[in-house]
Amino acid sequence: MDSMTLIAIASIVTAGLTIALGSIGPALGEGRAVATALSSLAQQPDAAATITRTLFVGLAMIESIAIYCFVVSMILIFANPFWNHVIAQATGK
Amino acid sequence: MRLSPDEMIFWQHGFLKLNGTIVFTWALMFVLTAGSKLVTRKLSTGMKRSRWQNLLEIIVTGIEQQIAEVGLRHPQTYVGFLGTLFLFVAISTLGTVIPGFEPPTGSLSTTAALALCVLVAVPFYGIEEQGLGGYLKSYVEPTVIMLPFNIISELSRTLALAVRLFGNMMSGTMILAILLTITPFIFPIAMSMLGLLTGMVQAYIFSILAAVYIASATRARKPKPKQAAPAEA
Repeated sequence: MDSMTLIAIASIVTAGLTIALGSIGPALGEGRAVATALSSLAQQPDAAATITRTLFVGLAMIESIAIYCFVVSMILIFANPFWNHVIAQATGK
Repeated sequence: MRLSPDEMIFWQHGFLKLNGTIVFTWALMFVLTAGSKLVTRKLSTGMKRSRWQNLLEIIVTGIEQQIAEVGLRHPQTYVGFLGTLFLFVAISTLGTVIPGFEPPTGSLSTTAALALCVLVAVPFYGIEEQGLGGYLKSYVEPTVIMLPFNIISELSRTLALAVRLFGNMMSGTMILAILLTITPFIFPIAMSMLGLLTGMVQAYIFSILAAVYIASATRARKPKPKQAAPAEA
């Protein structure tokens, strides 16, 4: 197996695994955050504005982990430096 | 498959490039500035005011209220910076309904620039509020050992701001582009509505996080009250 095939296989598999495994943690965390927010809203409905705002800020921070994984996956597929280097070598040959 | 508006080149002259990010940022700047100028030409303080003035007042007082809720005193000093952050990202997201418009926040350059503005603004407002010594002392709280961690947390917060906004905007435009090549009319419209929603939420998140960072830098450190000596019986 030459290096070009190896790089392609590694990039594709890693891109898929990155986004697959990387979304599990944030999804679980966001579920727990929303559940706790709902129960505290039920306990204190007049603090709804503060709770909602804090919930959204917390969700955005948790979501950013999934976004990092997505960005890495996109880089591996579309802006892969190793693939570009190998392609440049293959066409320059 | 275009990853960001950086790759749309409108004009090139040797080293200088006029790419999509710059052109769309200029368009946004023009729309925001010219629109505000037109609306505020004849401000009225009476009961009779134009509807555009009403709209701008709702937006500005809403932003001021949010800044005050975060815990910043004198929200008027911060409403310029934080309001601009919010409005820039929000209008850049709303502009995606115009065909042909690529949001400039979908490029890492723009979001990194906005995050760097926040990185500079936090010490600026902190020193303005607490003086240089007071602000620098906040880095060694609670102990001196925390100094490298505090510095690292400042830098990583900036990086997180930039990548969060970039990732959300880029994923929105990319999902739309991919879906348009696969499915017919309805599904891309639903996804573009989802993109609008996440864009507005990210605009709010960006400005609220900037406000929270500034608030933590300008929080007055209250000296611990001395214990009263027990009175002689």
